[in-house]
Amino acid sequence: MLVPMSIQNNERKQADVIVQTRELNLFYGDFQALKDVDIAIREKSITALIGPSGCGKSTFLRTLNRMNDLIEGVKITGEILIDGMNIRDEQIDLVSLRKKVGMVFQRPNPFPLSVAENILFAPKIHKTAQRKNHPMIVEECLKSVLLWDDFKDRLDMNALNLSLEQQQRLCMARLLSVKPDILLMDEPCSALDPIATERIEELMWILKENYTIIIVTHNMQQAARVSDDTGFMLLGELIEFGKTKRIFTNPQDQRTNDYITGRFG
Amino acid sequence: MRHNAYQTQKIAFVLLFIATVLVVLPVIFIVFIIVQKGWHAITWEFLTAIPKNGMREGGIFPAIVGTVYLVVGTLIFALPLGVLSAIYLTEYSKDNLLTRLIKLAIINLAGVPSVVYGLFGLGIFVIFLKFGSSILAGSLTLAIMVLPIIITTTKEALDSVPQSFREVSLSLGASKWQTIQYSVLPHALPGILTGVILAISRAAGETAPILFTVAAFYLPHLPQSIFDQAMALPYHLYVISTQVPNVSVEIRYGTALVLLVMVLSANFVAIVIRSKFRKMKKW
Repeated sequence: MLVPMSIQNNERKQADVIVQTRELNLFYGDFQALKDVDIAIREKSITALIGPSGCGKSTFLRTLNRMNDLIEGVKITGEILIDGMNIRDEQIDLVSLRKKVGMVFQRPNPFPLSVAENILFAPKIHKTAQRKNHPMIVEECLKSVLLWDDFKDRLDMNALNLSLEQQQRLCMARLLSVKPDILLMDEPCSALDPIATERIEELMWILKENYTIIIVTHNMQQAARVSDDTGFMLLGELIEFGKTKRIFTNPQDQRTNDYITGRFG
Repeated sequence: MRHNAYQTQKIAFVLLFIATVLVVLPVIFIVFIIVQKGWHAITWEFLTAIPKNGMREGGIFPAIVGTVYLVVGTLIFALPLGVLSAIYLTEYSKDNLLTRLIKLAIINLAGVPSVVYGLFGLGIFVIFLKFGSSILAGSLTLAIMVLPIIITTTKEALDSVPQSFREVSLSLGASKWQTIQYSVLPHALPGILTGVILAISRAAGETAPILFTVAAFYLPHLPQSIFDQAMALPYHLYVISTQVPNVSVEIRYGTALVLLVMVLSANFVAIVIRSKFRKMKKW
């Protein structure tokens, strides 16, 4: 079972790269947070980024939808190609980039609005849907995060009254309404208990069918369980990147080995 | 030693309690006196008729209307200006020398004595811009006076909207202005409203700024346009208390009561809105 899949993966390697960075450097003022990061992320796979706090994995994630633009004094050099398009280009349309590359945050952060209003937030802003299609969008998005059966009769419930896990699912549903290709997940389970975490991971497996997922996680077991590829970052460098199975069983770099065996971090 | 600490605590408690009571007592006393002496004067005629016989009889209708006009006029100028500049200061401006100077200026504006605003209004609006003593000049003067209140409360309301709302909105592809429009302002609205109502009660109650810019000693009719003078409750109260002899105590306190009720009910609405907002707020 495993062999054909890995062959298939190898075949896709070049053709299906959706995110590629070349010599990506990022500075917060004088502090260099990313150092020559070269990475190639495959379409419709789950890529995990692991590493100790402050190693730059969240920073890397936030360069992919240019959320670092919000921070003053950030300087970036190098290339970031998404679908072959250099997103560092000044000409790039931030709106379409962020619709294409969506983000799920560390803490579930639904708006204090109803479940339905949360999901319709983006379609309303972008005016991508007619009013009569709104119920359909809500249903579709809730179904894809497996919340529909729970909430089909309670769509007007305030999202803040949901459990944290449901809130995080809702945040994913809200994101799916803009029809992204890539989902960036910044430690999406860190506020959740183990059972909720497991269910979110199952959801990620389902979402992988249609989306490319890049997840930053503190939790090595999570990376091992959920991802296809894993990158280990340390002090802004991408130390090692490869198939998750290989990284966790046969790391090439001593530092990776030390980290995954729990010698630091 | 332990006994001592206990006794010290008791003394401190009693002192604190007395201080609090001393603060509350005058308020209760003021309200009590005004209600007691004034409520006999409150009749339908008092509220709806124009003053008669050198303001010794009749009603205070023109003063009530004038105060309402002035409050509305003040808000027309102060609300958009204050809210927009607060949005700029919170959401757009970078933290540099200029911004800090602007913020300092706003704080200082709040500390300027109201009679100085009156003089300023006289110089700028009444004389230089030739609006004359008018509702327009008075509203503009009051608007400048309440601007710091509106800016400060709006800024606080905007600051209290969690940063994550902005991040999510931007990450969903909304522009900065859409983010402010749809995921910041709606959640800051109750806080902004509180500021508005505080501004209303300030504008309704001040005498000095309207003294030189709009207030009429006596008008037998209602103002016809924004370039007319108007009577206003605080100034009317001053006039019948000090400038006109032999006005009955009842009428004076009745006028004070009407002003007090108008201002207090505005404040009450502010408190209700704020407490609702606090209950709603769960983030």
